[in-house]
Amino acid sequence: MSPMRRLENIVLTVLTLMAALVWIFPLYWGFLTSIRSEENAAGSVSILPDEFQLKAYLDAIFNTKLMLWYVNSIGTATIVTVLVILISMLCAYALSQIRFPGRRLLYGLVLGSFMVPGQTLVVTQFILMKDLNLINTWAGIILPQLIAPIVIIVYKQFFDGVPKEMREAVVLDGGGEYTILFKVFLPLNWGITTAMSIVTFIGVWNAFFWPFLVVTSEDMMTVPVGITQVNDAFGIHYARLMAVAMLAAMPVILAYVIFQRRVTDAIMISSGVKG
Amino acid sequence: MAMIENRRKKSLIALTMVTPFVVTFSVFFLYPMLDMIRISFTDAPLVGAGHWVGFDNYLKLFGDRLFTLSLKNNAYFVALTVIPTTVIALLIALAINRLSGFRQTFVMSLFFMPYVLPVSVVTELWAWMLDLQFGVLQPVIALFTGKPVAVFKNPYWVMPMVAVVTIWWTNGFNVLLFIAGLRNIPSELYEAASLDGATTWQKFSRVTWPLLWPVTALVLTLQLILQLKIFDQIYLLSGGGPFNSSYVLLLKVYREAFQSNNGGYASAVATVLFLLIVVISVLQFQLLRIRRAS
Repeated sequence: MSPMRRLENIVLTVLTLMAALVWIFPLYWGFLTSIRSEENAAGSVSILPDEFQLKAYLDAIFNTKLMLWYVNSIGTATIVTVLVILISMLCAYALSQIRFPGRRLLYGLVLGSFMVPGQTLVVTQFILMKDLNLINTWAGIILPQLIAPIVIIVYKQFFDGVPKEMREAVVLDGGGEYTILFKVFLPLNWGITTAMSIVTFIGVWNAFFWPFLVVTSEDMMTVPVGITQVNDAFGIHYARLMAVAMLAAMPVILAYVIFQRRVTDAIMISSGVKG
Repeated sequence: MAMIENRRKKSLIALTMVTPFVVTFSVFFLYPMLDMIRISFTDAPLVGAGHWVGFDNYLKLFGDRLFTLSLKNNAYFVALTVIPTTVIALLIALAINRLSGFRQTFVMSLFFMPYVLPVSVVTELWAWMLDLQFGVLQPVIALFTGKPVAVFKNPYWVMPMVAVVTIWWTNGFNVLLFIAGLRNIPSELYEAASLDGATTWQKFSRVTWPLLWPVTALVLTLQLILQLKIFDQIYLLSGGGPFNSSYVLLLKVYREAFQSNNGGYASAVATVLFLLIVVISVLQFQLLRIRRAS
């Protein structure tokens, strides 16, 4: 490589790194504010950490309903994730491996619903929940979020790729379809199951519009909806506000940092840019 | 005989497997969808029955200035986000693609991180950075305008700034798609181009860009659909103001249904948005099919 090219390379790398640091600045600034004292948080424009204290976090944990919202979020997100995976996996297995009447119609519906914007259905979904007496309940938050056609599509794609011999071995041993699914297809596709679970969990944790509509009581709110209340109730306490925001983001940031490859794989696969 | 028996048994098993999805789908998706269309022809309040009014709600839309303004604002927001985010994501993906190993993973994760944040965390971070009195970005704004600006309370600034926040939040997703697309381009093509003495620009315009076009088209259409559904960021940052300058269709649906108690009229607005997005999705699907077939 010529010296000129090498210099160009270094310059480009440094520029990329700087752009990445600028890009993440809002999150960094929020974190920096959260570890400052209230007095200092409002006035300080130093972009380096000038103090470290967890007062704002303690304040957020003990003087807001954040912990309650955490329970609601963890509870609903876990239930939705488990059910979405189970419901979608079963449906995808039948679509992929069993010939039954109505199969094509059902797959058409799955593909079709993928194009329907769920957000436009909130008015009638809300009316339905009201009729079912599910406003301000976990069930109300959970139920409409169980429909995940993309998870069915991805599972079907993976199940289609499992060699025929694998299932025949189980059939010879006298195993039924459920045995084949749970003893062969599921273990063969653990990777995609973990990946889809993580992105489903992140998606449900972050859901705003629906939980915001179906929950009106502060005690039943999920984290992303609840934290908008802290703003109203406490006025300008920037350090606490940012501490609350950091705590709200922590589970999804951790999930992403720990399972980075799985998250990016799941997104690439479900948008069809990677098989 | 045994064959038919076996078939029937298999169909029954399949039925038990698809039932959970079919039931939840029918009750919480299909039914609300049909109900939305039905209610849009009535004068129903949010809770309770209404009277059949035919196309009245739809006719009313034409005279509703807030509706036409929302439609315009949706179009404006699409213009502010879709192409800019696609260009920015492509540039970032190209930059990341040059790197390798830990450097690549690290830079990638910094650009992707905002995408996993809840929307309310995103809006709070930006509201704080753009705070009129203490916002860390106000000195930057003052460089251009000479004085701090309450961006979300200013009719000229509000939509562009919501667009900036949105691009920051969702761009990582597009970067990821472009990186996947870049990885799918065989390296032999670049080697062949190098042997032919191609410049960096020629490699981009003759190899990368044409081969990346399917992903670019995907990003553009996905973004178009996504940005038409804008609600959360607007609601949290500006509430549709000031002077309705950031009012959008989904906000109109929300206000009509949940604040003005007009279930029927809200459903008519929702149906229009619904149809708009379905038409775009179907067009996109057909385009992808044609491209795959050719």
